[in-house]
Amino acid sequence: MTEFWRRYRRNRGAVLGLVVMIAVVVLAASAPLVFPASPWKLAGRPFLQPLDPVFMLGTDMLGRDIAAGIAHGARVSLLVGLATALASTLIGILIGGTAGYAGGRVDDALMRFTELFQTIPPFILAIVLVVIFSPSIYSVIVAITAISWPPVARLVRGEFLTLRSREFVQASIVIGQGHARIMISQILPNAMPPIIVYASLMVASAILLESALSFLGLGDPQLMSWGFMIGASRNVIRIAWWMSVFPGLAIFLTVLALNLVGEGLTDALNPRLARDVRR
Amino acid sequence: MGRAGYILRRLLKGVIVVLAIIVLNFFLIRAAPGDPAMALAGEAGAADAEYLAKLRQDFGLDRRLHEQLAIYMWGFVTLDLGYSYKHGQPVIKLIAERLPSTILLTITAYVLSLVLGVVFGTVAALRVNSWVDTTFTVLALVFYAVPLFWLALMSILLFSVVLDWLPAVGYATVGAGHTGFAHVLDVAHHMILPTVALSLFYLAVYARLARASVLEVSRQEFVTTARAKGVDEGRIVRAHILRNAILPVISMAGFQAGHLVGGTVIVETIFAWPGIGRLAFEAALGRDYTLLLGVFFLTSALVVVFNLLTDLIYTVVDPRIEVAA
Repeated sequence: MTEFWRRYRRNRGAVLGLVVMIAVVVLAASAPLVFPASPWKLAGRPFLQPLDPVFMLGTDMLGRDIAAGIAHGARVSLLVGLATALASTLIGILIGGTAGYAGGRVDDALMRFTELFQTIPPFILAIVLVVIFSPSIYSVIVAITAISWPPVARLVRGEFLTLRSREFVQASIVIGQGHARIMISQILPNAMPPIIVYASLMVASAILLESALSFLGLGDPQLMSWGFMIGASRNVIRIAWWMSVFPGLAIFLTVLALNLVGEGLTDALNPRLARDVRR
Repeated sequence: MGRAGYILRRLLKGVIVVLAIIVLNFFLIRAAPGDPAMALAGEAGAADAEYLAKLRQDFGLDRRLHEQLAIYMWGFVTLDLGYSYKHGQPVIKLIAERLPSTILLTITAYVLSLVLGVVFGTVAALRVNSWVDTTFTVLALVFYAVPLFWLALMSILLFSVVLDWLPAVGYATVGAGHTGFAHVLDVAHHMILPTVALSLFYLAVYARLARASVLEVSRQEFVTTARAKGVDEGRIVRAHILRNAILPVISMAGFQAGHLVGGTVIVETIFAWPGIGRLAFEAALGRDYTLLLGVFFLTSALVVVFNLLTDLIYTVVDPRIEVAA
């Protein structure tokens, strides 16, 4: 662990990214305490400029507090990011692991299926899924997961394919261990480093996707999110720049921080993951 | 088997993908809550009993599932993508009207990001660790993390509102009545912001990839050999390094085509660009399932075309492909 941290620490950008990520997590966790009122509440006069004594980041056209929206929006972004990264990783491991381990026709079939999902314009598929299952936090998570798992599957397949021919795996086969057990207890732990790195990048891309859906008005209508705030600011961009600038910066900094953390993890775990295997 | 055989096999693969997407469409509409006829009619008060009965008959919704699928697929094969009740027009007509402007936008963005990405990446790689390299690396990191829709809004804020250099929205100046070359210039002027907004993320991706790829190829022995033979440095970069380094970038570009086409939903919505991306957005907001799935099908087909295009570029650029295929 100390070795891990020592290597991570050497990447200064990654340390900075980690600091920003911790700040975002603290912001999300403390939102109900710092801004106990609903972020939808009409708290003050409309169109208050930033640096107002009460509303530091100003208010929107209905007098909603932008700062409260950003704090509560962090919860949505992190929830969607983590949930989809987790779900996509599990699906990716299941499909990619099976394909890489089984090889042959199973591999062929599963990979054609994965390729199909990579050909379809992912964002449009996400829109179709959200619209068909009607927008909610669950349908958003399902939709983003549906378009996020294919690269994981390809990555995991590659790892499993290489590891399968290694001696320790062959030995497990010879002593008669079951396939499922070999996959989970022998191969998977060795395949984990690149998967972890990819998962951290996936949190970032999921946050971008969620914000894009919310921006288009296809997010959960009950929850305040960064994308929604920017979408709401579109028509008043000429008079209220702060309404779109602050939530946009929040998305940008969070995603940038996650990407930097991903690079730090790459350095620390030193997996054979090319840096360009993103998205 | 030469280039033609390779392209033919890719074409066949594309056809299979398109068929699979039709099947996916078929099941998606059935996954919608309620009866598919209701979903097909949309929620826009379109669901009067008579229309529903007609839909059920048209789609054979009282028949067995595989028969329904056959009817549905035949519709797509004959380019009958259904009828948008909201617009009062056949879906294929709505899409056909909007398709050219989307193709113009995406192809321009695709070529722009690919060409500039390779140029910037190569320049950075040839001057590794210089200020140019560092600048490109930082910019790439930034464009990786900026949400496309925010970038689009900020560019409107800067270039249209504050500086007043470029038109914020639309395809051409309304009522200007330009013709000929003046019209082309007018459209190009309107295209600058949407194209750049759509391209920047991919430009960053390709620049980083091209940089890594050029660095790797530069270390190969044949480059050293060429230098030892006294080949002109410019020729080494163009003929020896770039010719090989560009291949992974082109593969990646083909791979990313779907993302690029999906990005048009955002860009066309923000810049009021009259393409199918905006049509998809309108269909999504209006719960016009037939239209939305029609766009979904056609954009997927468009990606298949993009992939073919990429393969074609690949065969031209990669000297080994004739042998390999």
